[in-house]
Amino acid sequence: MSFDPKIVAICCRYCAYSAADLAGSMRLQYPDNLRIILVPCTGKTDLQYILTSMESGADGVMIAGCLEGNCHFEIGNFRARRRVERAKVLFERIGLGAERIEMYNLSAGMGTTFARIAGEFTERIRSLGPALGARPPEPGATTTLEERK
Amino acid sequence: MKSGSRLEKVLEAGKFAVTAECGPPQGTDAEIVRKKASHLKGYVDACNVTDNQTSIVRMSSMAACLIIKELGIEPLLQMVVRDRNRIALQSDILGAAAHGIGNLLCLSGDHQIFGQDPGAKNVYDLDSMQFIALVKRMRDEGKLSSGADLAGAPRMLIGAAINPFADPFEFRVTRLAKKISAGVDFVQTQCIYNLEKFEQYMHQARDRGLTEKVHVLAGVTPLKSTGMAKYMKTKVAGMDIPDGVVQRMKDAGKEKGKEEGLDLLCETIERLKKIDGVRGVHIMAIEWEEIVPEIVKRVGLYPRPDVS
Amino acid sequence: MIIGEQKPIEQILEMIGDARRIVLAGCRGCVTVCSAGGEKEVGILASVLRLAREKAQNPIEIREVALERQCDPEYLEPLRPYLDEYDGVLSIACGAGVQFVAEHYKKNMVWPGLNTNFIGVTEKQGVWTERCQSCGDCVLHLTGGICPVTRCSKSLFNGPCGGSSDGKCEISKDVPCGWQLIYDRLEALGRLEMLEAVIPAKDWSTSRDGGPRKIIREDLAV
Repeated sequence: MSFDPKIVAICCRYCAYSAADLAGSMRLQYPDNLRIILVPCTGKTDLQYILTSMESGADGVMIAGCLEGNCHFEIGNFRARRRVERAKVLFERIGLGAERIEMYNLSAGMGTTFARIAGEFTERIRSLGPALGARPPEPGATTTLEERK
Repeated sequence: MKSGSRLEKVLEAGKFAVTAECGPPQGTDAEIVRKKASHLKGYVDACNVTDNQTSIVRMSSMAACLIIKELGIEPLLQMVVRDRNRIALQSDILGAAAHGIGNLLCLSGDHQIFGQDPGAKNVYDLDSMQFIALVKRMRDEGKLSSGADLAGAPRMLIGAAINPFADPFEFRVTRLAKKISAGVDFVQTQCIYNLEKFEQYMHQARDRGLTEKVHVLAGVTPLKSTGMAKYMKTKVAGMDIPDGVVQRMKDAGKEKGKEEGLDLLCETIERLKKIDGVRGVHIMAIEWEEIVPEIVKRVGLYPRPDVS
Repeated sequence: MIIGEQKPIEQILEMIGDARRIVLAGCRGCVTVCSAGGEKEVGILASVLRLAREKAQNPIEIREVALERQCDPEYLEPLRPYLDEYDGVLSIACGAGVQFVAEHYKKNMVWPGLNTNFIGVTEKQGVWTERCQSCGDCVLHLTGGICPVTRCSKSLFNGPCGGSSDGKCEISKDVPCGWQLIYDRLEALGRLEMLEAVIPAKDWSTSRDGGPRKIIREDLAV
């Protein structure tokens, strides 16, 4: 039995998203498990986005931004990395595992790298198994995104 | 005479005083105290007994003072304000005086983070300067901090610690002046290795007329090894050990460590004797009390003067 | 403002035990400014708790609310219509707020989600430091605007002690010596002579040592 992980990939417009686009035009294969979320900069990533992704059913979250030193907004990707570090600690402490969240850095021209990262992360999450155990959350047991508004 | 203690008599007679230090054990064995102190009998005018030094719990300073008093050695009670509020401080002073203890050193005390009980509450109801003023009031006015009259005023020689090597240097002489105005009779310094700096300090003290008003006892500690020198240089707050001193210990080599340390110490004491305003020496040979007699003899301070 | 820090998640989970429905109440006052208990932190903590409980196969329902403040009775009223429907309220306001919720909702369980640390300031984003011990008898005019009770580890009034070295407190190189700061400030002000006088013993009865404190303003009573 092989479970199909759901991956949320938060990608910055200037690098990661462009790299993903390039991977597409190069017809490179990468897993369709990714739900890509476009942000102007990974520095926009709030811990809440990561947590809501997990609550909405994601088994892993990857943040992909520019190479360090080359962030279009200078330090946005550093901020993102620090938030990912915080998320890792939290994930570990509540039993989800620090490996379910990861920060990646790449440039717009690195289509091949994007495909590789997507593949690696998906495989990592696949081998970890579902984030919240075999039983999916019961409707009403947790307040969903809509209810939270 | 403010207290009539031997230390006071020696200082008032213009003789160069000698004091040393004893640290009580972390236990109830009075014999340990007697053993340490017995080395000092006849070689010192008073013996300091430390008060939970570095915030590590030890037999109380007052209790250990009584033990050494029984041996015929004059005690110098150290009291820190870290652990006791003004009520307890005054009470302990009355108790000490009742037992005939005539010398007191008023100290702030190392922060409890250094000890084995970092979670203890720190008191610091008074600081060391306010404590000095308190004792002076008890002694000279016969009054407690509350204004209540004492049935018997404690007769104590009031001392304090000074550190010419702590920062800010420019302020250290002012602090001495403040302690004098608070009522201090004598001060003991932090151990001296940097003679240039100490001479600078004493120069400023003389300029302000402070040496006329207080007896300065210069503190010294014998180094035993290069390791000890380096440790004190880097890990002990407020300690000033010049590189030259560390190098000297290094050059002497491992086997000759103690010998070199003692040579350095005696040279230091000889220089200190010559500084105008220095009225005595305070030898802190921690866990090496047995070496004090040799030191006192070598620097020509034995026998101790007869001041009865 | 009052600075607090969220308790470790393990401690919060242990505190709420097997509660199935809780209210998570934040505060838009001080704890928002120090990013410990505001609306945003309510959202994050609620997500973390839900995920943790889901993982433990013991789901929890959380009603998230960020009150204006938790230290004024009027602002606690919004909880009244629904609090009884929940097993308790996890408050991430400061200790005063948590207690006030408990006082106003005596029949409801209240859990403190924060450790309240000190009265302090934001030195820069993400860094808060202590400034005031609320001793009730301010002497900042004597010390160039720097508090000896708070900034000196020994609360000395006639410092520094002999452990001051290179402008640092003996307890740690990360802690500036409060009295070095006072000295430098008075020097900059040209008022070093203020340090010549011995500051006498403090009357601590105006601080917490004198017992829990209370202030009444007759002119403001309704």
